[in-house]
Amino acid sequence: MSRSPLVAEQFEELEQQHLADQFGMWIFLATEVMFFGGLFTCYTVYRFLSPEVFAHASHHLGLVLGGINTGVLLCSSLTMALALRSIQLGRRGATIWLLLATCIFGIAFLGIKGYEYHEKYVEHLIPGSRFHYDGPSPNRAQMFFWLYFAMTGLHGLHVLIGVCVLSTVAILVARRRIRQENYMAVEVAGLYWHFVDIVWVFLYPLLYLAGARG
Amino acid sequence: MIVPAKTYFKVWGALLVLLLITIGAAFLDLGPFNLPFALLIAFTKAALIVLIFMHIKGSNPLLHLAAGAGLLWLAIMLVLTMNDYLTRNNITWLPK
Repeated sequence: MSRSPLVAEQFEELEQQHLADQFGMWIFLATEVMFFGGLFTCYTVYRFLSPEVFAHASHHLGLVLGGINTGVLLCSSLTMALALRSIQLGRRGATIWLLLATCIFGIAFLGIKGYEYHEKYVEHLIPGSRFHYDGPSPNRAQMFFWLYFAMTGLHGLHVLIGVCVLSTVAILVARRRIRQENYMAVEVAGLYWHFVDIVWVFLYPLLYLAGARG
Repeated sequence: MIVPAKTYFKVWGALLVLLLITIGAAFLDLGPFNLPFALLIAFTKAALIVLIFMHIKGSNPLLHLAAGAGLLWLAIMLVLTMNDYLTRNNITWLPK
């Protein structure tokens, strides 16, 4: 029996290779959970120690912009999932457009995020010597903003990396290096993108909705 | 395995509805239940993404194991850390 040229030497068949590809990505995502987990644990401890201060400081974050950004990422996950479906069905053009749409959603997310960072800069809410806060316990509030920038910053870096990965995948699809038969590259890049979406799904309520606005 | 486009659109719709619910809930004063409710919605959204968009539903058990391991280790870190903080009553190092 002749081997498919798509199967690497160490694998018996394509199915086994596909599973190994996915397994490797999931292991990597587990390490990413721990990477973000340190910050989530830090957040949990400080919020437990000063819940009122966190609730008050959270009101300085724009609920609407954060909500729009959540919607943007959820839409990007849809286009990503549809991109995978397209390559599985061998629709090359649709795959490229859907991957580019996902990238554009990612860039829109970063743009809105950048606008929010600028707002915080103008309001002197970036931790450091110029930090100024009128509410109760400014030192603890500064900790909230430190966590806000650390968590959203690390997440934003992941979005940026995701955009780079997906645009590379789009180019490879356009050059017919990734085809219907070896769609796994799209699947694995998609896993990373959906993971980044999930991180934001938790960041939004924890940071923006920490205090009831009613 | 190719998932029907309809399934993806349904999940996307459900995710957007959950987003609106979580924003709406932030305007209600549920006392101590604001955080648990927000987290419940966040976990539901995460589960939808993991099961459908990331194809864990119906996939090889090896992948379930890898996905579960991340969650379990995160839980260990949070539970053991909070186990410490929840049972202390003289935290003096926190600034005012």
